[in-house]
Amino acid sequence: MAEPILQVQGLRTHFTTRQGVIKAVDGLSFNLEAGKTLCIVGESGSGKTVSSLSIMRLVDLPGRIVEGQILYRDTDLLKLDEAEMEKIRGDRIGMVFQDPMASLNPAFRIGDQIAEGILIHQEVDKAEARKRTLELLAQVGIPHPEARYGDYPHQFSGGMRQRVLIASAIACRPDILIADEPTTALDVTIQAQILKLLKEVQRNLNSAMILVTHDLGVVAAMADYVMVMYAGRMVEYADVETIFAQPRHPYTRGLLESLIRLEDTRETELAPIPGMPPDLSRLPAGCSFAPRCPAAIETCGARYPALQDISGGHQVACHLVADLAPAVDETVP
Amino acid sequence: MASEKNGTLRTAPAGQGTNTHSRTYLAWLAFAEDKAALFSLVFLLIVALMAAFAPYVSPHDPYEAVNSLRNAPPGSGDFLLGADSNGRDILTRLIYGGRISLVVGFAPTFLAMVISLVLGLTAGYFGGWIDQAIMRTLDVLFAFPLVLLAIAIAGMLNPGVDTEIVAITVVLVPYISRIVRTSTISVTAQPYIEAARAGGAGQWAIVSRYVLPNMISPVIVYTTTLVGLMIVVASGLSFLGLGVQAPAADWGSMVSEGRVVLRKAPHVTVFPGLLIVAVSLAFNYIGDGLRDALDPKAIRR
Amino acid sequence: MGRQIITRLAAVIPILFGVSIFIFMLMHLAPGDVTDALLGPMATGDAKEKLRKAMGLDRPLVFQYLTWMGNILQGDFGVSVHTKRAVSEVVLPRFGNTVILALASLLLALSVGFFVGMYAAAKSYSTFDRVSMSLTLMLGSTPPYWLALLLVLMFSLKLRWFPATGMTSILGDGGLMDIARHLVLPAIATAAAPAAIITRMVRSTMLEVLSQGYIRVARAKGVSQRAILWKHALRNALPPIATISGLQLGFLLGGALFTEVIFAWPGLGNQLYYSIVARDVVVVQAAVLVIALAFVLVNLAVDILNAFLDPRVRKV
Repeated sequence: MAEPILQVQGLRTHFTTRQGVIKAVDGLSFNLEAGKTLCIVGESGSGKTVSSLSIMRLVDLPGRIVEGQILYRDTDLLKLDEAEMEKIRGDRIGMVFQDPMASLNPAFRIGDQIAEGILIHQEVDKAEARKRTLELLAQVGIPHPEARYGDYPHQFSGGMRQRVLIASAIACRPDILIADEPTTALDVTIQAQILKLLKEVQRNLNSAMILVTHDLGVVAAMADYVMVMYAGRMVEYADVETIFAQPRHPYTRGLLESLIRLEDTRETELAPIPGMPPDLSRLPAGCSFAPRCPAAIETCGARYPALQDISGGHQVACHLVADLAPAVDETVP
Repeated sequence: MASEKNGTLRTAPAGQGTNTHSRTYLAWLAFAEDKAALFSLVFLLIVALMAAFAPYVSPHDPYEAVNSLRNAPPGSGDFLLGADSNGRDILTRLIYGGRISLVVGFAPTFLAMVISLVLGLTAGYFGGWIDQAIMRTLDVLFAFPLVLLAIAIAGMLNPGVDTEIVAITVVLVPYISRIVRTSTISVTAQPYIEAARAGGAGQWAIVSRYVLPNMISPVIVYTTTLVGLMIVVASGLSFLGLGVQAPAADWGSMVSEGRVVLRKAPHVTVFPGLLIVAVSLAFNYIGDGLRDALDPKAIRR
Repeated sequence: MGRQIITRLAAVIPILFGVSIFIFMLMHLAPGDVTDALLGPMATGDAKEKLRKAMGLDRPLVFQYLTWMGNILQGDFGVSVHTKRAVSEVVLPRFGNTVILALASLLLALSVGFFVGMYAAAKSYSTFDRVSMSLTLMLGSTPPYWLALLLVLMFSLKLRWFPATGMTSILGDGGLMDIARHLVLPAIATAAAPAAIITRMVRSTMLEVLSQGYIRVARAKGVSQRAILWKHALRNALPPIATISGLQLGFLLGGALFTEVIFAWPGLGNQLYYSIVARDVVVVQAAVLVIALAFVLVNLAVDILNAFLDPRVRKV
């Protein structure tokens, strides 16, 4: 196994509000190697977005990273001061956001917005930054880069804006690329193109990618590894084949079943799993998923299940791991 | 029945069981949590009650001039806040003055709100040439700086409290009408209005039962914040002698009376001004509190 | 772009037309008669009638309006009922003095409001933010005339730093220093409330812009906090700030009337006040018209400036 480029250890990001402390991310640990893609999956409010923002240290008040370690190579990002972190952002770690319509500054030309990152991080003059920007625009598939360099965001469609934002995120050839639901706001036809582009630029740069999504179709197409999050915690982690073939957490299974049901095209149930995600400021004493879990037993309501490695990196946090072992497991030689 | 219908319509996504009463109650709870707003409300109630019962709570007669106490500083005899240049008790005159000052701040804002509801709802709901005619006319009033317009109108009429009320009402109408119109347009675009129309509800029923109740909150918030400013503007008209006429006085004209003896007896000027600031500030805090209580989007940290 | 400007210019013309009608009507709705003011209460009905005829007051209102408007368009604002001087000779130099006071106040209000507001937004929810927000709320609730009197009390009567009155002629022999000395207190009194409103506006606009998606994207690029604030956010906050500041000029001109009266500043507001008291309708008409015209034109200028700042408008 290659040396991981990113190691997250015990990350906790909490929001202090009048209603109490919201534990948006509560004890998250994972590693990621260069060239690999990790998909973070979960319902909205499960902590996927806050996790990715925490790595960038872009969580806004009242949110705060209260604990943990985020190692990029040998540097703990959480120990850097703001100026040092600014040197990492956009240079060693690039990020693409959910809503391309709101992500470009309406007052500046798109070329300048890409070149800005280059000028901040690399010792080049404006002409060189412009030249590289034009190359990037061509690379992400914007036709006529020369002509479009001076255009403003309102002159671009959503898909084209997301291409511009990807160009901006990879402008300094980052080691890690984080994409937070990069296709959610786009038309279905455009989604596939953007995903293809992300995969392409990742391969070119051999960077690690964290892709946040709630779309299991995207996971199947993009992921090497999958992390399933529920209520701020990781409930299951495995390589993509294992997740789809042998999901062990009842929540993961629920997600997958809903996908299969939809593919059946028989409009049976649209709500994938009955019940609502829990209130993060008032988490139940035991497993957060227990109230919705079809298989819950008494223990589940009493204490939170520890994360256990059940085989070669496949991690699950569930008291019922043994009971829920799939039949296929036993037949494997 | 009607109110229940409105209640469920308004809270449609969050759901069942909430009625208008509990909504009001929740808004009150949110308001009561805002200490500044609550304190302001109590303060204003005290000021208003004292003004209303002035003859019973005032230590002296507002027109009784004691020659020996002219310009007496605070604490002279039983003149808690001192006496003015005629030897009249300032505290008493402040209490009596509140009757006029509060009315000229409050009445025109309320009047203007009623007129603006009619104009703004008509313009926003019917649109088209009616909208154009109303809004273009109001644009003319927008072309004048607010305070100067009030002074010009009040200056052209015979000075008096009624003049003051008319002048301030006129200058407020364009501002409130614009807010009413904007809210009306956004409410009218909601699907439930379409549903009510499809259900065969008449124009008047739609406006009174669906549009008005759903757009009134921002209008009330905006109007409340204006009361504070209007207390200041009205006091300014009185200061210039365009409002209440001597020997009656409101807080603005009391500041004006003190101007002559500013060096000798600054307290004559200072106290009424302080009261204007405090009352106007209280209305602002209440406006802020109302906005936060009624507008679920305004989340404060 | 050019079309944008022309459309906006064209929109102003009917408004100015409406403004002139409104002013004309206002003066004619006023109770009492000019002739009372001119001839005094002892005048006979016959004498009043004669004067009315001489002044054209017996003609139809439409005719009177057209005559009035026609004369104004030729630069003739009429003759003061009270002083018998040409109104333009009175109003225009006075207006110049008001512009001096208004500009000084606007500059003060803008610079204080802008920097305090920016800092409060950058350090939102800090002690500085809380204190400045409370202070501005209080300042916004303070009557300008009362603040002016407090300033006089403090800095003229007690400390004797600045004169309270005595600005009789701007072009007198005192020179610039004299103007400046006389300007300090009136400018502060006039600027206080607009400064408070601009501060709160700048802060809330900046906070609004800072919560936008593109700000987070810029931070993700590694842009420094300072550049986020002064380049990315400010550039987008500027148009609404400019608009509100333009509207504040109206507030400021209103406040200026009070400070002009208190500090005896020989401006248009002061003139307006004394003409109202003297019921000198011709001068009041002219003064209100000039002020409204200035207000409309300033806001038009802000509008056009904003059109220049907005790439969506500029590029089309």
